[in-house]
Amino acid sequence: MIEAKNVSKRYGETLVVDGVTLSLPVGGITSIIGPNGAGKSTLLSMMSRVMPMSSGNVLVDGLDVTTTPGDMLAKRLAILRQDNHITARLTVRELVTFGRYPHTKGRPTVQDREHVERAIEHMGLSALADRFLDEMSGGQRQRAFVAMVLCQDTDHVLLDEPLNGLDLKHAVSMMKRLRHAADTLGKSFVLVLHDINFASCYSDHIVAMRDGKVAFQGRPEDIMRPDVLRAIYELDISVQQIEGDWIATHYR
Amino acid sequence: MSASAPPVSPLRPLLVLGCVAVAFMALFMLVDVSGPWDFVLPFRGKKVATALLVGYAVAVSTVLFQTVTGNRVLTPAIMGFDYLYVLIQTCLVFFLGSTTVAGLDPRFLFGAEVIIMVAFSAMLHGWLFGMARGNVHLLLLTGVVMGVLFRSLSSFIQRVIEPNEFIFLQDRFFASFNDPEHDLLLLSVVLTLGVSVLGLRLLRACDVLVLGREAAINLGVDYQRTVSWVLALVAILVAVSTALVGPVTFLGLLVANIAYAVMRTYKHAFVLPAAALIAAIALVAGQFILERVFRLDTNPRVIIEFVGGAVFIAMLMRKATR
Repeated sequence: MIEAKNVSKRYGETLVVDGVTLSLPVGGITSIIGPNGAGKSTLLSMMSRVMPMSSGNVLVDGLDVTTTPGDMLAKRLAILRQDNHITARLTVRELVTFGRYPHTKGRPTVQDREHVERAIEHMGLSALADRFLDEMSGGQRQRAFVAMVLCQDTDHVLLDEPLNGLDLKHAVSMMKRLRHAADTLGKSFVLVLHDINFASCYSDHIVAMRDGKVAFQGRPEDIMRPDVLRAIYELDISVQQIEGDWIATHYR
Repeated sequence: MSASAPPVSPLRPLLVLGCVAVAFMALFMLVDVSGPWDFVLPFRGKKVATALLVGYAVAVSTVLFQTVTGNRVLTPAIMGFDYLYVLIQTCLVFFLGSTTVAGLDPRFLFGAEVIIMVAFSAMLHGWLFGMARGNVHLLLLTGVVMGVLFRSLSSFIQRVIEPNEFIFLQDRFFASFNDPEHDLLLLSVVLTLGVSVLGLRLLRACDVLVLGREAAINLGVDYQRTVSWVLALVAILVAVSTALVGPVTFLGLLVANIAYAVMRTYKHAFVLPAAALIAAIALVAGQFILERVFRLDTNPRVIIEFVGGAVFIAMLMRKATR
């Protein structure tokens, strides 16, 4: 369980995240949506202790992220941010093996190797496992990073825009894989998503942010309503139920 | 596919490098001996030991610095270390006079230089790094500015100094590998080995730092603490090598990038010894070829710096066009 209590982030006079109190459900997929600059990524970074918060605190399974030793948290919570740039040349397998570091401190055992191969296979990268990251497309690279985070084998997995740079096919397969991991392995995913229809179709819970605050939260059918979406995005969005999913059309 | 497959084992290139290094050291020690062996061997042995030590310090400090900054065209020189060394020397001559400085116990001078340089970097890193909350770029920027400050201060003092004193001073900036005092060498070896043993604990955490700050934090590395320790290590190594033979600018850049290319792995356990061996080869082989083959009385560092500088420019150009 991840609980944020009155969390704020301030840059000088600007409040990016404004006193967010939030408790995220255990298990399943929670999506954070909202317009640019709503503070979604910042909140995610603070929840995962990658960015220090200006005030408030975050508890992960009751552990305060600012005071708990980093290696202890790394076994419970994994985060993948956007824009992962690495100067060294790494193969997919080398990158994914890093996911075992919290458990092995750099000395992977046979079991760890199996973990790595499973994560690579899960992300559909088996054929590319020995390929260098800089010889792959952006989408393939993105999947390799997600494989690393899955390989960390934590209860909580936080992904900042995991669909970034993925084409339709790979976006769908990424969401299916995350859904599968949530359902079969009992992991809790927190995703920052821009595509509200992906959020609607695959999430159990949606948190909508606006101006650094949580504007709405609830099940997809609670959020996917024209009045709610207008309040979030300042846009007239019609919502239709298609084959059981709530789909927003916002292209005109 | 075969081009992108990783090599069988990184141990093989390491072994080859080791053999080449030993071969050049043996050549340097044994070829062309015209005096008595009991004089020539210790005399040349000291040169080889100095080259090994300096090569090691420069290579290791550069690779670690590049890991921390996530940038492969930087060297610790950007933090203004070499100009701090120049400033210390200039101040000594200016305030004490060349005769006093020449009469000072070199061990004392060496110790003082190392302490001042380490203290400076501890202040810069500890204080600023804490304040900048682990922002390495802010740290670098401050280092660059401090470097300019040191350079301006030294060139100002050099302008008002007496010409004879200036010539004495200039001589000291280009201290070669040939004249380090025996005691200094021993002191440096002990210091370098000491910090290296302490640094071994950080080896695997350094591998994770290659992924960048956020990924390292995610994997449970205490980023701020690890980076501070690594930078302290770098400061001590640079201080030792600079106090021993003076500033070396491009050697580190050259050997670090050759090491990455040869080893084709991110693992510091392989890259660091490879870089150190390449540096040793460059220094010993350079000295050997210059002295014995071309019979030139030039300092090999001039040539190494020239090649290193050319590589640096080439790397910048390649980065710019990408």
